[in-house]
Amino acid sequence: MSVLLRTEGLSFTYGINTPFEKQAVKNVNIEINKGEVIGVIGHTGSGKSTLMQMLNGLITPTDGTVYLDGADIFENKKNLRQVRFKVGLVFQYPENQLFEETVRKDISFGPRNMGLPAEAVDKRIRKAAKFAGLREELLDRSPFDLSGGEKRRAAIAGVIAMDPEILILDEPTAGLDPMGRDVLLEQIDAYHKSRGNTVLLVSHSMEDIARIADRVLVMYKGECVMLDTPKAVFARSDELEQMGLRVPQITKITTMLRDMGVALPEGILTVDEAFEQICGILRKEGKIC
Amino acid sequence: MLSDITLGQYFPSGGVLHRLDPRAKILLLVGAIVLIFCAFNFFSLTVVVGLVIASVLLSKVPLKLYLKSMKAIIFVILITSFLNLFYGTGEVLVQWWIFRITADGIRNAIFVAVRIIFLVMLSSCLTFTTSPTDLTDALERLMKPLGIFRIKTHEIAMMMTIALRFVPTLLEETDKIMSAQKARGADMESGNLIARVKALIPILIPLFVSAFRRAYELAMAMECRCYQGGSGRTRMKQLHMGKRDVVAFAVFAVVMAGVILCNILL
Repeated sequence: MSVLLRTEGLSFTYGINTPFEKQAVKNVNIEINKGEVIGVIGHTGSGKSTLMQMLNGLITPTDGTVYLDGADIFENKKNLRQVRFKVGLVFQYPENQLFEETVRKDISFGPRNMGLPAEAVDKRIRKAAKFAGLREELLDRSPFDLSGGEKRRAAIAGVIAMDPEILILDEPTAGLDPMGRDVLLEQIDAYHKSRGNTVLLVSHSMEDIARIADRVLVMYKGECVMLDTPKAVFARSDELEQMGLRVPQITKITTMLRDMGVALPEGILTVDEAFEQICGILRKEGKIC
Repeated sequence: MLSDITLGQYFPSGGVLHRLDPRAKILLLVGAIVLIFCAFNFFSLTVVVGLVIASVLLSKVPLKLYLKSMKAIIFVILITSFLNLFYGTGEVLVQWWIFRITADGIRNAIFVAVRIIFLVMLSSCLTFTTSPTDLTDALERLMKPLGIFRIKTHEIAMMMTIALRFVPTLLEETDKIMSAQKARGADMESGNLIARVKALIPILIPLFVSAFRRAYELAMAMECRCYQGGSGRTRMKQLHMGKRDVVAFAVFAVVMAGVILCNILL
Protein backbone atom coordinates (compact mmCIF):
# COMPACT_ATOMS: atom_id res chain seq x y z
CA MET A 1 0.00 0.00 0.00
CA SER A 2 1.25 3.44 -0.80
CA VAL A 3 1.17 6.38 1.56
CA LEU A 4 -1.32 8.99 0.40
CA LEU A 5 -1.34 11.44 3.27
CA ARG A 6 1.43 12.09 5.74
CA THR A 7 1.78 14.66 8.51
CA GLU A 8 5.02 15.82 10.02
CA GLY A 9 5.11 17.47 13.45
CA LEU A 10 1.67 18.88 12.83
CA SER A 11 0.68 21.33 15.58
CA PHE A 12 -1.87 24.07 16.02
CA THR A 13 -2.36 26.65 18.75
CA TYR A 14 -5.49 28.79 18.97
CA GLY A 15 -5.29 32.46 19.93
CA ILE A 16 -1.52 32.82 19.96
CA ASN A 17 -0.35 35.74 22.14
CA THR A 18 -3.72 36.24 23.79
CA PRO A 19 -4.85 35.20 27.27
CA PHE A 20 -7.00 32.54 25.57
CA GLU A 21 -4.07 30.67 24.01
CA LYS A 22 -4.69 26.95 23.73
CA GLN A 23 -2.74 24.24 21.97
CA ALA A 24 -5.31 22.11 20.16
CA VAL A 25 -3.03 19.76 18.25
CA LYS A 26 0.47 18.73 19.33
CA ASN A 27 3.12 17.20 17.13
CA VAL A 28 1.01 14.72 15.15
CA ASN A 29 2.96 12.38 12.85
CA ILE A 30 0.73 9.98 10.95
CA GLU A 31 0.74 8.13 7.66
CA ILE A 32 -2.47 7.22 5.89
CA ASN A 33 -2.45 4.71 3.07
CA LYS A 34 -4.45 4.74 -0.12
CA GLY A 35 -7.81 3.03 0.19
CA GLU A 36 -7.84 2.80 3.97
CA VAL A 37 -10.74 3.55 6.28
CA ILE A 38 -9.44 5.30 9.36
CA GLY A 39 -11.69 5.69 12.38
CA VAL A 40 -10.84 8.74 14.47
CA ILE A 41 -11.88 8.74 18.11
CA GLY A 42 -11.19 11.04 21.01
CA HIS A 43 -12.88 12.88 23.80
CA THR A 44 -14.61 16.22 23.05
CA GLY A 45 -11.89 18.85 22.70
CA SER A 46 -9.14 16.35 21.95
CA GLY A 47 -8.29 18.13 18.71
CA LYS A 48 -9.96 15.78 16.23
CA SER A 49 -11.82 18.48 14.30
CA THR A 50 -8.82 20.81 14.22
CA LEU A 51 -6.64 18.00 12.91
CA MET A 52 -9.19 17.16 10.20
CA GLN A 53 -9.34 20.79 9.09
CA MET A 54 -5.58 20.94 8.76
CA LEU A 55 -5.55 17.88 6.53
CA ASN A 56 -7.35 19.80 3.78
CA GLY A 57 -5.66 23.11 4.47
CA LEU A 58 -8.61 24.97 5.99
CA ILE A 59 -6.49 25.66 9.04
CA THR A 60 -2.84 26.52 8.56
CA PRO A 61 -0.78 24.69 11.17
CA THR A 62 1.34 26.77 13.53
CA ASP A 63 4.03 24.11 13.17
CA GLY A 64 4.69 21.12 10.94
CA THR A 65 3.01 20.33 7.66
CA VAL A 66 0.86 17.93 5.65
CA TYR A 67 2.06 15.98 2.62
CA LEU A 68 -0.50 14.83 0.07
CA ASP A 69 0.95 12.45 -2.51
CA GLY A 70 4.39 13.52 -1.32
CA ALA A 71 3.79 17.25 -1.89
CA ASP A 72 3.62 19.81 0.93
CA ILE A 73 0.10 21.27 0.67
CA PHE A 74 1.03 24.53 2.40
CA GLU A 75 4.01 25.23 0.18
CA ASN A 76 1.96 27.18 -2.34
CA LYS A 77 -1.19 28.64 -0.81
CA LYS A 78 -2.69 29.17 -4.26
CA ASN A 79 -2.97 25.42 -4.70
CA LEU A 80 -4.94 24.94 -1.50
CA ARG A 81 -8.22 25.08 -3.39
CA GLN A 82 -7.10 22.15 -5.53
CA VAL A 83 -6.12 20.29 -2.35
CA ARG A 84 -9.65 20.77 -1.00
CA PHE A 85 -11.11 19.09 -4.05
CA LYS A 86 -8.85 16.10 -3.40
CA VAL A 87 -9.46 16.01 0.33
CA GLY A 88 -13.21 16.38 0.77
CA LEU A 89 -14.29 17.39 4.26
CA VAL A 90 -17.82 16.93 5.57
CA PHE A 91 -18.24 19.08 8.68
CA GLN A 92 -20.24 18.28 11.79
CA TYR A 93 -23.92 18.99 11.17
CA PRO A 94 -23.23 19.66 7.49
CA GLU A 95 -26.92 20.38 6.83
CA ASN A 96 -26.25 23.88 8.22
CA GLN A 97 -24.33 24.77 5.10
CA LEU A 98 -27.09 24.13 2.53
CA PHE A 99 -27.97 27.33 0.73
CA GLU A 100 -29.23 26.80 -2.84
CA GLU A 101 -32.80 26.80 -4.12
CA THR A 102 -32.76 23.12 -4.99
CA VAL A 103 -30.85 20.14 -3.69
CA ARG A 104 -29.48 19.59 -7.19
CA LYS A 105 -27.98 23.07 -7.31
CA ASP A 106 -26.54 22.69 -3.83
CA ILE A 107 -24.82 19.41 -4.64
CA SER A 108 -23.45 20.98 -7.82
CA PHE A 109 -21.71 23.78 -5.87
CA GLY A 110 -18.51 21.79 -5.39
CA PRO A 111 -18.21 20.38 -8.94
CA ARG A 112 -19.05 23.80 -10.40
CA ASN A 113 -16.28 25.35 -8.33
CA MET A 114 -13.96 22.75 -9.83
CA GLY A 115 -14.82 24.17 -13.23
CA LEU A 116 -16.32 20.96 -14.64
CA PRO A 117 -18.55 21.14 -17.75
CA ALA A 118 -22.33 20.98 -17.21
CA GLU A 119 -22.64 17.39 -18.40
CA ALA A 120 -19.99 16.09 -16.05
CA VAL A 121 -21.54 18.06 -13.20
CA ASP A 122 -24.89 16.45 -13.89
CA LYS A 123 -23.34 12.99 -13.85
CA ARG A 124 -21.57 13.73 -10.60
CA ILE A 125 -24.79 14.94 -8.97
CA ARG A 126 -26.63 11.75 -9.82
CA LYS A 127 -23.78 9.53 -8.71
CA ALA A 128 -23.27 11.41 -5.46
CA ALA A 129 -26.99 11.37 -4.67
CA LYS A 130 -27.03 7.64 -5.20
CA PHE A 131 -24.02 7.08 -2.97
CA ALA A 132 -25.52 9.24 -0.24
CA GLY A 133 -28.84 7.44 -0.49
CA LEU A 134 -30.78 10.45 -1.69
CA ARG A 135 -33.84 9.63 -3.77
CA GLU A 136 -33.84 11.14 -7.26
CA GLU A 137 -37.14 12.99 -6.81
CA LEU A 138 -35.71 14.94 -3.86
CA LEU A 139 -33.15 16.60 -6.13
CA ASP A 140 -35.53 19.28 -7.36
CA ARG A 141 -36.92 20.14 -3.95
CA SER A 142 -35.66 22.98 -1.77
CA PRO A 143 -33.08 21.68 0.70
CA PHE A 144 -34.97 23.50 3.45
CA ASP A 145 -38.05 21.33 2.86
CA LEU A 146 -36.22 18.05 3.48
CA SER A 147 -36.24 16.09 6.72
CA GLY A 148 -33.21 16.22 9.01
CA GLY A 149 -31.77 12.94 7.74
CA GLU A 150 -32.34 13.88 4.11
CA LYS A 151 -30.67 17.24 4.64
CA ARG A 152 -27.66 15.45 6.09
CA ARG A 153 -27.50 13.17 3.04
CA ALA A 154 -27.81 16.11 0.67
CA ALA A 155 -24.92 17.87 2.40
CA ILE A 156 -22.75 14.75 2.31
CA ALA A 157 -23.60 14.29 -1.37
CA GLY A 158 -22.36 17.85 -1.91
CA VAL A 159 -18.87 16.75 -0.87
CA ILE A 160 -18.97 13.31 -2.50
CA ALA A 161 -19.84 15.06 -5.78
CA MET A 162 -16.32 16.48 -5.86
CA ASP A 163 -15.12 12.87 -6.04
CA PRO A 164 -12.32 13.41 -3.52
CA GLU A 165 -9.37 11.04 -3.14
CA ILE A 166 -9.81 11.29 0.61
CA LEU A 167 -13.21 11.73 2.20
CA ILE A 168 -13.21 13.05 5.75
CA LEU A 169 -16.47 12.80 7.67
CA ASP A 170 -16.68 14.61 11.01
CA GLU A 171 -19.32 12.80 13.05
CA PRO A 172 -21.64 12.14 10.12
CA THR A 173 -24.17 10.22 12.23
CA ALA A 174 -24.46 12.69 15.12
CA GLY A 175 -28.07 13.50 15.90
CA LEU A 176 -29.56 10.85 13.60
CA ASP A 177 -31.93 8.14 14.82
CA PRO A 178 -30.47 4.61 15.24
CA MET A 179 -31.94 3.43 11.94
CA GLY A 180 -30.60 6.47 10.09
CA ARG A 181 -27.17 5.94 11.63
CA ASP A 182 -26.92 2.34 10.51
CA VAL A 183 -28.10 3.07 7.00
CA LEU A 184 -25.82 6.06 6.57
CA LEU A 185 -22.85 4.10 7.84
CA GLU A 186 -23.59 1.25 5.48
CA GLN A 187 -23.79 3.72 2.63
CA ILE A 188 -20.43 5.21 3.52
CA ASP A 189 -18.97 1.72 3.63
CA ALA A 190 -20.52 0.84 0.27
CA TYR A 191 -19.27 4.09 -1.23
CA HIS A 192 -15.78 3.37 0.01
CA LYS A 193 -15.84 -0.16 -1.40
CA SER A 194 -17.05 0.83 -4.84
CA ARG A 195 -14.96 3.97 -5.20
CA GLY A 196 -11.90 2.54 -3.44
CA ASN A 197 -10.83 5.86 -1.95
CA THR A 198 -9.55 6.72 1.49
CA VAL A 199 -12.08 7.55 4.21
CA LEU A 200 -11.48 9.23 7.57
CA LEU A 201 -14.42 8.85 9.89
CA VAL A 202 -14.61 10.84 13.12
CA SER A 203 -17.11 9.30 15.48
CA HIS A 204 -18.09 8.99 19.10
CA SER A 205 -19.62 5.62 18.42
CA MET A 206 -17.09 2.87 19.03
CA GLU A 207 -19.55 0.43 17.45
CA ASP A 208 -19.49 2.40 14.19
CA ILE A 209 -15.71 2.57 14.21
CA ALA A 210 -15.32 -1.13 15.00
CA ARG A 211 -17.61 -1.99 12.14
CA ILE A 212 -15.95 -0.21 9.24
CA ALA A 213 -12.47 1.00 10.20
CA ASP A 214 -9.26 -0.66 9.00
CA ARG A 215 -7.27 1.34 11.52
CA VAL A 216 -8.21 3.50 14.47
CA LEU A 217 -6.59 6.82 15.35
CA VAL A 218 -6.96 7.88 18.97
CA MET A 219 -6.56 11.56 19.86
CA TYR A 220 -5.98 12.60 23.46
CA LYS A 221 -5.30 16.18 24.58
CA GLY A 222 -4.18 17.16 21.09
CA GLU A 223 -1.83 14.24 20.61
CA CYS A 224 -2.16 11.14 18.49
CA VAL A 225 -1.70 8.43 21.12
CA MET A 226 -2.62 5.34 19.08
CA LEU A 227 -2.91 4.44 15.42
CA ASP A 228 -3.47 0.75 14.97
CA THR A 229 -5.99 -1.91 13.96
CA PRO A 230 -9.31 -1.84 15.83
CA LYS A 231 -8.40 -5.14 17.51
CA ALA A 232 -5.15 -3.75 18.85
CA VAL A 233 -6.64 -0.42 19.93
CA PHE A 234 -9.71 -1.87 21.62
CA ALA A 235 -7.54 -4.39 23.44
CA ARG A 236 -6.20 -1.47 25.46
CA SER A 237 -9.52 -0.79 27.12
CA ASP A 238 -8.03 0.45 30.42
CA GLU A 239 -6.03 3.14 28.67
CA LEU A 240 -9.02 4.14 26.56
CA GLU A 241 -11.20 4.49 29.63
CA GLN A 242 -8.65 6.78 31.22
CA MET A 243 -8.98 9.03 28.19
CA GLY A 244 -12.73 9.19 28.60
CA LEU A 245 -13.29 6.69 25.81
CA ARG A 246 -14.52 3.14 25.87
CA VAL A 247 -14.46 -0.04 23.83
CA PRO A 248 -17.53 -1.28 21.91
CA GLN A 249 -20.10 -2.69 24.31
CA ILE A 250 -19.93 -6.12 22.72
CA THR A 251 -16.15 -6.19 23.24
CA LYS A 252 -16.67 -5.40 26.91
CA ILE A 253 -19.26 -8.16 27.27
CA THR A 254 -17.14 -10.80 25.52
CA THR A 255 -14.13 -9.80 27.62
CA MET A 256 -16.22 -10.27 30.75
CA LEU A 257 -17.39 -13.66 29.48
CA ARG A 258 -13.76 -14.63 28.83
CA ASP A 259 -12.87 -13.63 32.37
CA MET A 260 -15.69 -15.89 33.56
CA GLY A 261 -14.07 -18.78 31.72
CA VAL A 262 -16.01 -18.88 28.47
CA ALA A 263 -13.67 -19.96 25.67
CA LEU A 264 -14.15 -16.89 23.45
CA PRO A 265 -11.25 -15.46 21.44
CA GLU A 266 -9.83 -12.04 22.33
CA GLY A 267 -10.85 -8.84 20.56
CA ILE A 268 -14.37 -9.45 19.34
CA LEU A 269 -15.57 -6.16 17.92
CA THR A 270 -19.00 -6.62 16.38
CA VAL A 271 -22.25 -8.20 17.45
CA ASP A 272 -22.22 -10.45 14.37
CA GLU A 273 -18.76 -11.74 15.24
CA ALA A 274 -19.80 -12.42 18.84
CA PHE A 275 -22.93 -14.18 17.65
CA GLU A 276 -20.89 -16.50 15.43
CA GLN A 277 -18.41 -17.31 18.19
CA ILE A 278 -21.02 -17.93 20.88
CA CYS A 279 -23.06 -20.11 18.51
CA GLY A 280 -19.89 -22.08 17.76
CA ILE A 281 -19.30 -22.75 21.44
CA LEU A 282 -22.92 -23.70 22.12
CA ARG A 283 -22.91 -26.00 19.12
CA LYS A 284 -19.76 -27.72 20.37
CA GLU A 285 -21.40 -28.25 23.72
CA GLY A 286 -24.43 -29.63 21.95
CA LYS A 287 -26.77 -27.06 23.46
CA ILE A 288 -28.08 -25.92 20.07
CA CYS A 289 -27.93 -27.61 16.76
CA MET B 1 -10.12 34.27 11.73
CA LEU B 2 -13.17 36.34 12.47
CA SER B 3 -13.07 35.49 16.15
CA ASP B 4 -9.86 37.48 16.46
CA ILE B 5 -11.87 40.69 16.35
CA THR B 6 -11.95 42.30 19.78
CA LEU B 7 -15.27 44.05 20.03
CA GLY B 8 -14.47 45.81 23.28
CA GLN B 9 -14.25 42.36 24.78
CA TYR B 10 -14.58 41.92 28.54
CA PHE B 11 -11.14 41.29 30.00
CA PRO B 12 -11.43 39.82 33.49
CA SER B 13 -8.15 40.86 35.09
CA GLY B 14 -9.59 41.70 38.49
CA GLY B 15 -8.59 45.37 38.65
CA VAL B 16 -10.22 47.95 40.91
CA LEU B 17 -12.36 49.23 38.06
CA HIS B 18 -13.83 45.76 37.57
CA ARG B 19 -15.31 45.94 41.05
CA LEU B 20 -16.97 49.32 40.65
CA ASP B 21 -20.73 49.38 40.27
CA PRO B 22 -21.45 49.31 36.52
CA ARG B 23 -23.95 52.17 36.91
CA ALA B 24 -21.23 54.30 38.47
CA LYS B 25 -18.90 53.39 35.63
CA ILE B 26 -21.41 54.41 32.96
CA LEU B 27 -22.18 57.71 34.68
CA LEU B 28 -18.48 58.40 35.15
CA LEU B 29 -17.81 57.63 31.49
CA VAL B 30 -20.50 60.09 30.40
CA GLY B 31 -19.04 62.66 32.77
CA ALA B 32 -15.52 62.02 31.51
CA ILE B 33 -16.63 62.42 27.89
CA VAL B 34 -18.17 65.79 28.72
CA LEU B 35 -14.97 66.69 30.50
CA ILE B 36 -12.83 65.77 27.50
CA PHE B 37 -14.74 68.24 25.38
CA CYS B 38 -14.67 70.87 28.09
CA ALA B 39 -10.89 70.95 28.28
CA PHE B 40 -10.17 74.08 26.29
CA ASN B 41 -6.48 74.66 26.90
CA PHE B 42 -3.37 72.52 27.18
CA PHE B 43 -3.33 72.70 30.98
CA SER B 44 -6.84 71.34 31.42
CA LEU B 45 -6.11 68.75 28.75
CA THR B 46 -3.13 67.61 30.83
CA VAL B 47 -5.47 67.03 33.76
CA VAL B 48 -7.63 64.85 31.50
CA VAL B 49 -4.51 62.97 30.36
CA GLY B 50 -3.94 62.14 34.03
CA LEU B 51 -7.48 60.79 34.30
CA VAL B 52 -7.07 58.61 31.22
CA ILE B 53 -3.69 57.23 32.31
CA ALA B 54 -5.06 56.48 35.78
CA SER B 55 -8.07 54.62 34.30
CA VAL B 56 -5.90 52.57 31.98
CA LEU B 57 -3.54 51.63 34.82
CA LEU B 58 -6.35 50.82 37.26
CA SER B 59 -8.11 48.64 34.68
CA LYS B 60 -5.10 46.26 34.69
CA VAL B 61 -5.73 45.60 31.02
CA PRO B 62 -2.59 45.45 28.83
CA LEU B 63 -2.03 48.63 26.86
CA LYS B 64 -1.76 46.49 23.74
CA LEU B 65 -5.49 45.79 23.83
CA TYR B 66 -6.26 49.52 24.03
CA LEU B 67 -4.06 50.16 21.05
CA LYS B 68 -5.79 47.36 19.17
CA SER B 69 -9.18 48.96 19.68
CA MET B 70 -7.64 52.19 18.42
CA LYS B 71 -6.57 50.57 15.17
CA ALA B 72 -10.11 50.50 13.82
CA ILE B 73 -10.59 54.26 14.07
CA ILE B 74 -7.14 55.48 13.13
CA PHE B 75 -8.46 56.79 9.82
CA VAL B 76 -11.27 58.69 11.50
CA ILE B 77 -8.70 60.38 13.71
CA LEU B 78 -6.38 61.20 10.83
CA ILE B 79 -9.11 62.57 8.58
CA THR B 80 -10.83 64.71 11.21
CA SER B 81 -7.61 66.21 12.48
CA PHE B 82 -6.41 66.76 8.91
CA LEU B 83 -9.60 68.68 8.08
CA ASN B 84 -9.32 70.67 11.28
CA LEU B 85 -5.89 71.77 10.20
CA PHE B 86 -7.44 74.15 7.67
CA TYR B 87 -10.12 75.63 9.88
CA GLY B 88 -8.54 78.31 11.92
CA THR B 89 -8.28 82.05 12.12
CA GLY B 90 -5.36 84.16 13.05
CA GLU B 91 -1.76 84.15 11.97
CA VAL B 92 -1.16 82.23 8.74
CA LEU B 93 1.83 79.87 8.77
CA VAL B 94 1.61 78.25 5.35
CA GLN B 95 -0.58 79.25 2.44
CA TRP B 96 -1.11 77.40 -0.84
CA TRP B 97 -3.97 78.22 -3.24
CA ILE B 98 -7.12 78.26 -1.06
CA PHE B 99 -5.55 76.23 1.73
CA ARG B 100 -3.95 77.91 4.64
CA ILE B 101 -2.65 76.50 7.85
CA THR B 102 -2.71 78.64 10.92
CA ALA B 103 -1.31 78.10 14.39
CA ASP B 104 -4.89 77.97 15.52
CA GLY B 105 -5.59 75.16 13.02
CA ILE B 106 -2.66 73.10 14.24
CA ARG B 107 -3.90 73.49 17.79
CA ASN B 108 -7.40 72.43 16.74
CA ALA B 109 -6.05 69.37 14.91
CA ILE B 110 -4.11 68.24 17.96
CA PHE B 111 -7.09 68.77 20.25
CA VAL B 112 -9.47 66.83 18.02
CA ALA B 113 -7.08 63.91 17.70
CA VAL B 114 -6.39 63.76 21.42
CA ARG B 115 -10.10 64.02 22.24
CA ILE B 116 -11.09 61.15 19.95
CA ILE B 117 -8.25 58.98 21.25
CA PHE B 118 -9.30 59.61 24.85
CA LEU B 119 -12.93 58.99 23.99
CA VAL B 120 -12.13 55.58 22.56
CA MET B 121 -9.73 54.71 25.36
CA LEU B 122 -12.22 55.51 28.09
CA SER B 123 -15.08 53.71 26.33
CA SER B 124 -12.83 50.67 25.82
CA CYS B 125 -11.92 50.90 29.48
CA LEU B 126 -15.62 50.54 30.33
CA THR B 127 -16.18 47.52 28.09
CA PHE B 128 -12.89 45.88 29.13
CA THR B 129 -13.74 46.12 32.82
CA THR B 130 -17.49 45.42 32.70
CA SER B 131 -19.09 42.17 31.57
CA PRO B 132 -21.84 42.61 28.97
CA THR B 133 -24.54 41.41 31.37
CA ASP B 134 -23.47 43.91 34.03
CA LEU B 135 -23.45 46.60 31.40
CA THR B 136 -26.99 45.97 30.22
CA ASP B 137 -28.23 45.53 33.80
CA ALA B 138 -26.82 48.90 34.65
CA LEU B 139 -28.28 50.49 31.52
CA GLU B 140 -31.66 49.07 32.39
CA ARG B 141 -31.50 50.62 35.84
CA LEU B 142 -30.27 53.94 34.50
CA MET B 143 -33.03 54.05 31.87
CA LYS B 144 -35.72 53.26 34.42
CA PRO B 145 -36.89 56.88 34.77
CA LEU B 146 -37.75 56.76 31.04
CA GLY B 147 -40.51 54.33 32.00
CA ILE B 148 -42.80 57.27 32.74
CA PHE B 149 -42.75 58.04 29.03
CA ARG B 150 -43.96 54.48 28.44
CA ILE B 151 -40.62 53.45 27.06
CA LYS B 152 -40.14 49.73 27.67
CA THR B 153 -36.75 49.93 29.28
CA HIS B 154 -36.62 46.29 30.32
CA GLU B 155 -37.34 45.09 26.81
CA ILE B 156 -34.68 47.38 25.35
CA ALA B 157 -32.14 46.09 27.86
CA MET B 158 -33.14 42.49 27.18
CA MET B 159 -32.71 43.02 23.44
CA MET B 160 -29.26 44.46 24.05
CA THR B 161 -28.30 41.55 26.29
CA ILE B 162 -29.41 39.02 23.71
CA ALA B 163 -27.74 40.87 20.86
CA LEU B 164 -24.45 41.06 22.76
CA ARG B 165 -24.77 37.43 23.80
CA PHE B 166 -25.12 36.31 20.20
CA VAL B 167 -22.29 38.32 18.67
CA PRO B 168 -19.63 35.70 19.44
CA THR B 169 -22.02 32.84 18.61
CA LEU B 170 -22.80 34.24 15.20
CA LEU B 171 -19.15 35.04 14.52
CA GLU B 172 -18.29 31.44 15.30
CA GLU B 173 -21.13 30.24 13.11
CA THR B 174 -19.94 32.44 10.24
CA ASP B 175 -16.47 31.02 10.63
CA LYS B 176 -17.82 27.49 10.47
CA ILE B 177 -20.01 28.10 7.43
CA MET B 178 -17.14 29.85 5.66
CA SER B 179 -14.89 26.85 6.30
CA ALA B 180 -17.58 24.45 5.11
CA GLN B 181 -18.08 26.35 1.85
CA LYS B 182 -14.34 26.72 1.37
CA ALA B 183 -14.09 22.95 1.75
CA ARG B 184 -16.37 22.77 -1.27
CA GLY B 185 -14.06 25.05 -3.18
CA ALA B 186 -15.80 28.38 -2.60
CA ASP B 187 -13.48 31.16 -3.68
CA MET B 188 -13.89 34.33 -1.66
CA GLU B 189 -10.57 35.98 -2.24
CA SER B 190 -10.38 36.53 -5.97
CA GLY B 191 -12.52 38.08 -8.70
CA ASN B 192 -14.05 41.51 -9.15
CA LEU B 193 -16.52 43.21 -6.81
CA ILE B 194 -19.62 41.50 -8.24
CA ALA B 195 -18.00 38.08 -8.07
CA ARG B 196 -17.03 38.71 -4.46
CA VAL B 197 -20.50 39.86 -3.46
CA LYS B 198 -21.93 36.78 -5.15
CA ALA B 199 -19.46 34.62 -3.26
CA LEU B 200 -21.08 35.82 -0.03
CA ILE B 201 -24.44 34.23 -0.84
CA PRO B 202 -23.38 30.71 0.20
CA ILE B 203 -22.40 32.18 3.56
CA LEU B 204 -25.21 34.63 4.20
CA ILE B 205 -28.11 32.30 3.45
CA PRO B 206 -27.08 29.55 5.90
CA LEU B 207 -26.21 32.26 8.43
CA PHE B 208 -29.67 33.84 8.22
CA VAL B 209 -31.34 30.45 8.39
CA SER B 210 -29.42 29.55 11.51
CA ALA B 211 -29.94 32.97 13.09
CA PHE B 212 -33.70 32.65 12.67
CA ARG B 213 -33.61 29.11 13.99
CA ARG B 214 -31.65 30.23 17.03
CA ALA B 215 -34.02 33.13 17.64
CA TYR B 216 -36.98 30.81 17.48
CA GLU B 217 -35.39 28.29 19.82
CA LEU B 218 -34.41 31.01 22.27
CA ALA B 219 -37.94 32.44 22.28
CA MET B 220 -39.31 28.96 22.99
CA ALA B 221 -36.82 28.36 25.78
CA MET B 222 -37.64 31.73 27.37
CA GLU B 223 -41.36 31.06 27.22
CA CYS B 224 -40.85 27.63 28.72
CA ARG B 225 -39.33 29.39 31.70
CA CYS B 226 -42.34 31.72 31.92
CA TYR B 227 -40.59 34.84 30.71
CA GLN B 228 -43.18 37.59 30.28
CA GLY B 229 -41.18 40.76 30.07
CA GLY B 230 -40.09 43.09 32.81
CA SER B 231 -43.17 43.58 34.98
CA GLY B 232 -42.90 41.90 38.35
CA ARG B 233 -39.45 40.54 37.61
CA THR B 234 -36.91 40.44 40.42
CA ARG B 235 -33.15 40.15 40.12
CA MET B 236 -30.85 37.52 41.46
CA LYS B 237 -27.89 39.88 41.34
CA GLN B 238 -28.74 43.26 42.86
CA LEU B 239 -26.50 46.17 42.03
CA HIS B 240 -25.06 47.97 45.02
CA MET B 241 -23.30 51.29 45.17
CA GLY B 242 -20.53 51.00 47.75
CA LYS B 243 -17.73 52.99 49.30
CA ARG B 244 -15.59 52.33 46.27
CA ASP B 245 -18.09 54.06 44.03
CA VAL B 246 -18.29 57.09 46.34
CA VAL B 247 -14.50 57.35 46.18
CA ALA B 248 -14.62 57.12 42.39
CA PHE B 249 -17.18 59.92 42.18
CA ALA B 250 -15.11 62.01 44.59
CA VAL B 251 -11.96 61.54 42.54
CA PHE B 252 -13.89 62.45 39.42
CA ALA B 253 -15.22 65.60 41.12
CA VAL B 254 -11.65 66.65 41.96
CA VAL B 255 -10.56 66.08 38.34
CA MET B 256 -13.56 68.06 37.12
CA ALA B 257 -12.72 70.93 39.46
CA GLY B 258 -9.15 70.78 38.19
CA VAL B 259 -10.24 71.05 34.58
CA ILE B 260 -12.59 73.94 35.28
CA LEU B 261 -9.97 75.80 37.29
CA CYS B 262 -7.37 75.30 34.55
CA ASN B 263 -9.85 76.56 31.99
CA ILE B 264 -10.64 79.72 33.94
CA LEU B 265 -7.29 80.58 35.50
CA LEU B 266 -4.74 79.65 32.86
